[in-house]
Amino acid sequence: MMTKEKAQKIAEKIFALTKADGVAISINGGSSSNLRFARNTVTTSGTSNDTSISISVTFGKKTGRYSFNQFDDKSLQEAVQRAEELAKLAPEDPEYMPPLGPQTYPDVKAYYLSTADVSPEYRANVAKDCIELAAAKNLIAAGFVENSAGFSFFANNKGLTADHTSSSIDYSITARTQDGSGSGWASSGHNDVTKFDGRKASVRAIEKASMSVNPKAVEPGKYAVVLEPQAVMDLLSSFAFRFDARSADEGRSFFAEAGGKNKIGQKLFPDFVNITTDPAYPNAPGFPWSEDGLPSRKTVWIENGILKNLRYSRYWAERQGKEPVPFASNVVMQGGDASVDDLIASTKQGILVTRFWYIRDVDPKTMLLTGLTRDGTFWIENGEIAYPIKNFRFNESPVAMLKNTEMMSRVERMQFAGSVNLIPALKVKEFTFSSLSDAV
Amino acid sequence: MNRRDFIKIAAASGAMLIVPKPFGHGQDTAPQFSDPDVKKLADEALNTAKMSGASYADIRINRYRNQSISTREKRVISISNNENFGFGIRVLVDSTWGFAASSNVTKDEVARIAKEAVLIAKANRFLQKEPVQLAPVPPYQDVWKTPIKINPFDIPISEKVALLLRINEEALKVKGASFCSSFMQIAMEYKFFASTEGSYIEQELYRMWPAFTVTAVNKETGKFETHSSYNEPIGKGYECVDEKFLLDDARLAAEEAVMKHSAKSVEPGKRDLILHPTNLWLTIHESVGHPTELDRALGYEANYAGTSFLTLDKLGKLKFGSDIVNLIADKNQKDALATCAYDDEGVKTREWYLIKDGMFVDYQTIREQAHSLGHKESHGCSYADSWSSIPFQRMPNVSLQPGKKKLSFNDLIADTEDAIMVKGRGSYSIDQQRYNFQFGGQTFWEIKKGKINQMLKDVAYQAKTTEFWNSCDAICSDEEYYLGGSFSDGKGEPGQSNSVSHGCCPARFRQINILNTGRKV
Repeated sequence: MMTKEKAQKIAEKIFALTKADGVAISINGGSSSNLRFARNTVTTSGTSNDTSISISVTFGKKTGRYSFNQFDDKSLQEAVQRAEELAKLAPEDPEYMPPLGPQTYPDVKAYYLSTADVSPEYRANVAKDCIELAAAKNLIAAGFVENSAGFSFFANNKGLTADHTSSSIDYSITARTQDGSGSGWASSGHNDVTKFDGRKASVRAIEKASMSVNPKAVEPGKYAVVLEPQAVMDLLSSFAFRFDARSADEGRSFFAEAGGKNKIGQKLFPDFVNITTDPAYPNAPGFPWSEDGLPSRKTVWIENGILKNLRYSRYWAERQGKEPVPFASNVVMQGGDASVDDLIASTKQGILVTRFWYIRDVDPKTMLLTGLTRDGTFWIENGEIAYPIKNFRFNESPVAMLKNTEMMSRVERMQFAGSVNLIPALKVKEFTFSSLSDAV
Repeated sequence: MNRRDFIKIAAASGAMLIVPKPFGHGQDTAPQFSDPDVKKLADEALNTAKMSGASYADIRINRYRNQSISTREKRVISISNNENFGFGIRVLVDSTWGFAASSNVTKDEVARIAKEAVLIAKANRFLQKEPVQLAPVPPYQDVWKTPIKINPFDIPISEKVALLLRINEEALKVKGASFCSSFMQIAMEYKFFASTEGSYIEQELYRMWPAFTVTAVNKETGKFETHSSYNEPIGKGYECVDEKFLLDDARLAAEEAVMKHSAKSVEPGKRDLILHPTNLWLTIHESVGHPTELDRALGYEANYAGTSFLTLDKLGKLKFGSDIVNLIADKNQKDALATCAYDDEGVKTREWYLIKDGMFVDYQTIREQAHSLGHKESHGCSYADSWSSIPFQRMPNVSLQPGKKKLSFNDLIADTEDAIMVKGRGSYSIDQQRYNFQFGGQTFWEIKKGKINQMLKDVAYQAKTTEFWNSCDAICSDEEYYLGGSFSDGKGEPGQSNSVSHGCCPARFRQINILNTGRKV
């Protein structure tokens, strides 16, 4: 993995190679190694290393970008020339923002050498353990274990530099019955391999597979649901990473209001809904910077059910007379005191959802989404899991999900698409399932 | 070999490679590779792998070049060029796979990485319960390139920018159109493949996609509607850019986006459906392309993309669709995104039936899966999206064959009493075994008594795959053939992207479930 010192030397070389008014470089790379298994046997396994550099040069208000993954002097020189060529051909950008000077960044601890150093044998043993547990229950396991280490660096010719290292081990597993009538899924991941528990995920997926055999069909309709944290994350990701002021002010998002206004200040959800971003949150590291090296910071999006903030790009903030608000680099949701079992126990009749699959936007005005339940869907009767049920297609909005939330569990740590988030399970009084699926 | 020299030769911008027989495919004479040193580098990798204990090895030395331009209204948001270069080595040790990859393309690194791939295979072999069996493939030495007429990287940036800004301008001339964003994506893959079985294959593939989205905001109601272009990505050079089509399409999209505000909200229920090919290609992709992937049917994708309802016991027995439904997989299809001469394990590409006269007759395969079907050879569906990715089974171009009876789109409308016609790619979702799907579109039109009547909105159609294809009672003839496609189709862990095309003609489906997606939250 590239060191900060080497990245700085590369930055200095590049700054010396061009007379452009503005130069910004971004270096991202690292290593990742993985193992896939399926049919209770290893399938593919590999390792790779790559680091790329993106060079952005600006003459006046004309910017060009070029990125490449070779770092010898000649390649760097050619890369600068190509970025310059693009900048000279580009039209002036009316939304150009001058580069930021030196900044202070949040202290984000996301790198652990022990995770970066995970061996092929370690990964093979995670798979072996799972396959043995599954085979003992006459189940078929398929899974994926990957460890990675990454380095990110950003610098400009106005003295700004930022760097970040991260590591992660990620594991997910699906256990299926031999006849394909039952399926269970679970995942586990951490930046620090010493806190990673693959066996726990394997056992959970295997239990769910055994519990989900021969599901009964329940008529589609509106039901009370208990959504496990993964299911909540699946829906919330379409919501919490879309807090954007510009699209709202332009009238083209759920957060838009008539007359070119947005919904900031409106009470959208029950009092107990609180959603923030905090890159330095213990146990849920985010990413330290946003566009142009703007430092990430703790941002309250929803407080006591009220929309408090939207993301403002540097340009949009200046135009609207606001302070820039960086991207959400993680989602930290406030949970309740209950367990998932408590949520189930409080439900007279309803549906327990392990996770959702193939979620797509249907209508951006209402944030209506469609998708399906998968790998563990159960009927709840009188506070207990009664029996497995067939998977449903849903048509529902995460906005309606939060509005209809009645109870929350304690948060769980969820790694999702490169971000680490704290998410509770939710009990939602009404959730719309539109059709049945035969898929298991 | 000096790495920089190779980079210099391979990277010479504009004219990327010297390819003596650009359209050659299986020529008898020895091919001339763009840089003979690449072959030496490959031999180093293969020899080291064999010496380290591999019974089979292959190497892919690849360079990728991407250009992306994005604009909104009168502004260029970004212009970026991206290149990426490296190699990946795949080995079999005791019939167990190992793979390693690096961006440091030197002789020493190639040897080191070959050994690392062998070590990974050795670490995993104790887990192996199904030894890998590769279907035989003849050794090929060949050079192939997408038969482009105009290299898109040779066209000046200023020309591309000007076109995109003209698209935005044209859309915004329409009263009520508020915003227009447009982009152009251009991709080139250079791949050199070599295996211990004697193949040396160099290929250079191109694809590109100019497209846009118009938004019409009604400031009084606070509502907005969007409309994306009907233009699809394609495996061609810059000759695919038809300015008149794009400008007409931009104007039409803007007009239709405005029209959506006052369109009638659909009455849900069972309705006949006419799918325009701009919509139908995606339904083919999801409901035919993915379930006929053999790796899914066998369970290799169970933890991510899912399995398939087309289990092996249904092969040759399941009536997938009505008698007029024929679907062909074809990695040689002209102008298509997944087209190449050889797949990423050196298998010569071909075409074959997946669905014939409505019957499910075959899968997509790679070398290690062919034996599961009793096949003697692979269908050539191996692909990796990077030198750093492990090749696995990816979708070839899958296309619905035109109807045999002469039937134009207008004839089909005229023959339809009461239906909804759907145009353009919209929302799409399907379950992990590919039974239950839901699709939207860009525009929806009521068909009454043989005529296109009025625009509808809030429409989605939901169906079970086999019920849907068995309800197909009309497919237009070949003069209506249209090639749609996806620039990026995701599958695998870690996730990989594949570009794939789907050709089709307008078709009619009887009594499909229509949803009204309008909501208040």
